[in-house]
Amino acid sequence: MIETVAALHAVQVDYAGRGRALGPFSLALERGEIVALVGPSGCGKSTALRLLADLEQPTCGEVERTAGRGETSVVFQAPTLMPWASALENVALPLRLAGQADAVLSAGQALARVGLIGAEQAKPAQLSGGMAMRASLARALVTEPRLLLLDEPFAALDEITRRALADDIHAIWASSRPAIVFVTHNVEEAVYMAGRVVVMTPGPGRLAFETRIEAPLPRPPQFRTSPLFREQVERVSAALQQAMAA
Amino acid sequence: MRAAHWLAPLVLVTLILAAWETSVRLLGVPAYLLPAPSAVAYAMVDNAPLLLASAGRTLGMALAALVVASVVANALALALGLSPLMESAVRPLAVVLQATPIVSIAPLINIWAGLDHPERAVIGLAALVAFFPIFSGAITGLKAVDPDLERLFKLYGAGRLATLRRLRLPSAVPFILEGHKVAAGLAVVGAVVAEFVSGSGGAQGLAFRLLEAANRLQTAKMFAALILLGLMGAAAHAAFQGLETWVLRRWRGR
Ligand SMILES: Nc1ncnc2c1ncn2[C@@H]1O[C@H](COP(=O)(O)OP(=O)(O)OP(=O)(O)O)[C@@H](O)[C@H]1O
Ligand SMILES: [Mg+2]
Repeated sequence: MIETVAALHAVQVDYAGRGRALGPFSLALERGEIVALVGPSGCGKSTALRLLADLEQPTCGEVERTAGRGETSVVFQAPTLMPWASALENVALPLRLAGQADAVLSAGQALARVGLIGAEQAKPAQLSGGMAMRASLARALVTEPRLLLLDEPFAALDEITRRALADDIHAIWASSRPAIVFVTHNVEEAVYMAGRVVVMTPGPGRLAFETRIEAPLPRPPQFRTSPLFREQVERVSAALQQAMAA
Repeated sequence: MRAAHWLAPLVLVTLILAAWETSVRLLGVPAYLLPAPSAVAYAMVDNAPLLLASAGRTLGMALAALVVASVVANALALALGLSPLMESAVRPLAVVLQATPIVSIAPLINIWAGLDHPERAVIGLAALVAFFPIFSGAITGLKAVDPDLERLFKLYGAGRLATLRRLRLPSAVPFILEGHKVAAGLAVVGAVVAEFVSGSGGAQGLAFRLLEAANRLQTAKMFAALILLGLMGAAAHAAFQGLETWVLRRWRGR
């Protein structure tokens, strides 16, 4: 049986004075699934993510969540670290807030998982953009979430770092299998990252197109040069272009 | 290059003093109108013990005022930070109080402090002046939180107290420091003004020495007192600037 971790059922979000920002939009996440959300700027991707995280309520429609408090993690476009706290303390934060005793130990392990050994005591200002993003990712992973929401996490990074981090996320996914929603503007990144790519219309965003990427996760080497990858990138790009023209 | 930048202000001061000295001598300006720098230096040396003691008293009162203001302002800001309703209640009051010229409150404070305790009146008034920059810095700082960090705290189920302690308070540190820096300068100004206004010489600070010298037309002594005041203000500012830089460097790690 397919188990749903979280779902949006025909949700709509209206902001006072701004009108509708999202919807009606539906999206169901199966356990352990990676979904990429692609759409024009302002179509409501971040809003959809906030709904899934239970940080905001829809104006109408329903949000279904089986992941409880503490089982959802969010990574924002910016690393969003506390500038006054060390990398270790930043990563330990979710555990400290949950009153967990071995917060520092687990935080150290999470930092190691994202390849940040030796940077434990560094403050965010002393980290490079890529390192800060890794720390942010470690903080999201430290609670062993069942639902991981990534809002354009690599937008500010260079191509090499983005690719390395994409593979890191796959490796992490392979070990604990959280359901992942990955928001991006980059079609190739979406096809590379996700088992399913969802394209949204310009704001207020609705479903425009959806496709499954039938290839193993984590991706085999050279996946980016495979015909399947190229073909899917072309399909998603075309769908995105069509959605934006409509 | 660096040496030049250090030397430049010294050269300028020397030039100004030299021009001042020669013009006063050549034009025969009476000493009670404008004493020559050399006369000011003599007055400074002659009255050094008295002036330094007075400067110490003014500085002491200003620092006491700063401490009082800091304790009250931070405590109040924290309390308001915990309760938005309280903040709405207090805000208009604070605005009105801040807009009231402090000098106009001085006689009232004098009465409350009691004529036997002029230094209390000075400290009270100076604290009142120093209060607002610290208070508004803390209030602003407690709100200057990265909205995504706030969402993160919400996501992890942080309560109001935990959010205050782990997020809002640390976020406020740079603002609170800035507030104290401004307040330190204002506390010195406030102490001097308060002493002027309180009229009696009871507090025996630098401002009183100024008035005393003015009444006796000892203009050189006035200049000496003014220079001390200026140096004191600059030193207070430099000390707090240094403190701010040091704390901020530790705060953000570079
Ligand atoms: N708190 C808010 N109040 C009012 N309007 C908002 C709020 N948050 C978002 N919006 C509006 O809702 C719309 C969707 O915003 P959202 O941030 O979800 O878009 P997005 O798809 O994530 O865009 P981007 O790709 O640029 O990040 C935008 O028009 C935005 O201006
Ligand atoms: Mg967004």
